[in-house]
Amino acid sequence: MTIRTLMSTAAALTALAGPALADINIGASISETGPAAFLGDPEAKTLRMEVEKINAEGGIIGEPINLIMYDDGGDPNKARTFATRLVEDDEVVAVIGGTTTGTTMAMVPVYEDAEIPFISLAGAVEIIEPVKEFVFKTPHTDRMACEKIFEDMAARGFSRIGMISGSDGFGKSMQAQCKDVAEASGVEIVADEVYGPQDADMTPQLTNIKGSGAEAILNSGMGQGPAVVTRNHTQLAIDAPLYQSHGVASKQFIELAGSEAAEGVRLPAAALLVADQLAEDDPQKPVVVGYRDGYESETGEDVSTFGGHAYDALYILKAAIESAGSTEPAAIRDAIEATSGFVGTAGEVNFSGDDHLGLTLDAFEMLEIKDGNWTIVE
Amino acid sequence: MPELLQFLFSGLTVGAVYALVALGFTIIYNASDVVNFAQGEFVMLGGMITVFAHAAGLPLLLAAGIAIAATAVIGVALNKLAIEPARGAPVVSLIIITIGASIFLRGVASLVFDKQIHRFPAFSGDAPFRIGGATILPQSLWVIAGGVAVFIALWLFFTRTLTGKAVLATSNNRLAAQLVGINTNWVMTLSFALSAAIGALAGVLATPITNTSYDVGIALALKGFAAAMLGGMGNPKGALVGGILLGILEALTAGYLSSQYKDAAAFIVILLVLFIMPQGLFGARQTERV
Repeated sequence: MTIRTLMSTAAALTALAGPALADINIGASISETGPAAFLGDPEAKTLRMEVEKINAEGGIIGEPINLIMYDDGGDPNKARTFATRLVEDDEVVAVIGGTTTGTTMAMVPVYEDAEIPFISLAGAVEIIEPVKEFVFKTPHTDRMACEKIFEDMAARGFSRIGMISGSDGFGKSMQAQCKDVAEASGVEIVADEVYGPQDADMTPQLTNIKGSGAEAILNSGMGQGPAVVTRNHTQLAIDAPLYQSHGVASKQFIELAGSEAAEGVRLPAAALLVADQLAEDDPQKPVVVGYRDGYESETGEDVSTFGGHAYDALYILKAAIESAGSTEPAAIRDAIEATSGFVGTAGEVNFSGDDHLGLTLDAFEMLEIKDGNWTIVE
Repeated sequence: MPELLQFLFSGLTVGAVYALVALGFTIIYNASDVVNFAQGEFVMLGGMITVFAHAAGLPLLLAAGIAIAATAVIGVALNKLAIEPARGAPVVSLIIITIGASIFLRGVASLVFDKQIHRFPAFSGDAPFRIGGATILPQSLWVIAGGVAVFIALWLFFTRTLTGKAVLATSNNRLAAQLVGINTNWVMTLSFALSAAIGALAGVLATPITNTSYDVGIALALKGFAAAMLGGMGNPKGALVGGILLGILEALTAGYLSSQYKDAAAFIVILLVLFIMPQGLFGARQTERV
């Protein structure tokens, strides 16, 4: 075979294998492996499942979605490489992802330059503050979690707070945000301890918090640290009630901590976790029940709010493409920004020119763990 | 005073885990001078296999037994498939092979199991013992007991049994060991099986305290390695003392100085010790005849 025939065969094969031109190319860079895998894994599963469902129902404006998803392993360098590839090689019209704040911030400049709309699934407030033209996000910010927790503490009459935070990105960011809003929320932080994300025992830090006379304890962290803190809190028989962050909002946390130790722990979280307990007329109820049932029957795993963020991002995008009636990135961006009254798993989303998060404190429910299950605090 | 006691208990809890991991390093090191960086993955496998076997309905004890046996088989496979074919290679190359093996095992575990964090119940419940105003969990005592038991077993093995002495002889001079009739291949296989089994035992005992997931191995191996270096590489007594010392150092720093500097303070002490005693607290002085 000559080189020429080889090349033409290859070209023909590529044309066969590649998507039809009319497909809507949606990109995603998710941390399916690596340290943030417990976030990225449900996100990736959700995207695959929901894209398949949308395509089975006829796609968006009559065209099927072609999901191009990369696994950045939680590495910002890789995420940036994938961002460039998504823009230049895959010619996507919009991108979902950035599981962590680190990967998201690494990708932001690429999409801003290429003018491709980008919906992040990461927590930190700096992603959308200051507002970047093409960048949106679906999860609540850690600042909102702090405000919600302090609001509940103040309502219970606690004003002296002990903080214990993980030294990973999430823990540090939330620690800083909480210290920032503490004064305005009417609470005083009297103890401020940290631990390593893989540490197995936090009794020294908690002993010091106990000695500081704190009336309530806030643990900002995700992963296994909060489960250890919760067990140690019970082990030391500390009277001050324990608050966790939205970072542990999955059934797994209760399993890891043990339902006895987790009894009475409070945390702010999206309505997804308490889908069954929502009032029948709650507009979120059909959305969260539908997503939860679909996810649990498809994967056999408990639903988590992290997968819910990916669900929200995909359907915000779908609604935007439908209302724009076009797959031009600029038109999609404008339609995303015009999103109002979108009901997702995280709450009601109303984007505007100066708000690319679109959620209010009401989107959080304050939950308390009772008998190994979530209950809504009235 | 209750504070100090609580810090010490915390240090013992964490230190006993480090010590168990550090003990796993000793056998392979004694047999071949290789620091096995896949040791953390053996700990992970011990925990993960137990979790999944237990979740499948097996009683905890049986699940733990299966985990230890399966991990020992994986250790032997690692030796046969990766270390033995590279027999003539220098020690540094073998160490690099173990790093590769650890990445491979981690990847396989993330696919075979999952990427979530797991735990199984503590052996004797979660009700803490109260001593002098401080508390310690029953599981911590299990880990400490496990560490001491493994230490005694290893000590007897290396000083009282012919096989143990054959392991030491293989490390000293492989050719000479072969000449006096020691089957060095078999010694290597045995040492990988034992190291993997000890690692898995550490995983089984520690998981109710530390939790486990496919990627816990790196952090555990790092701390266990530091503990083994502090105590003296290859010496079971060093591994035990080094592990517990490291745990107590961390707990006291977190309690009295600042939890920010917990890891830093521990590593500074290790550096100081190694500066004054490069062979570690209990390590044998190395002399090389030229």
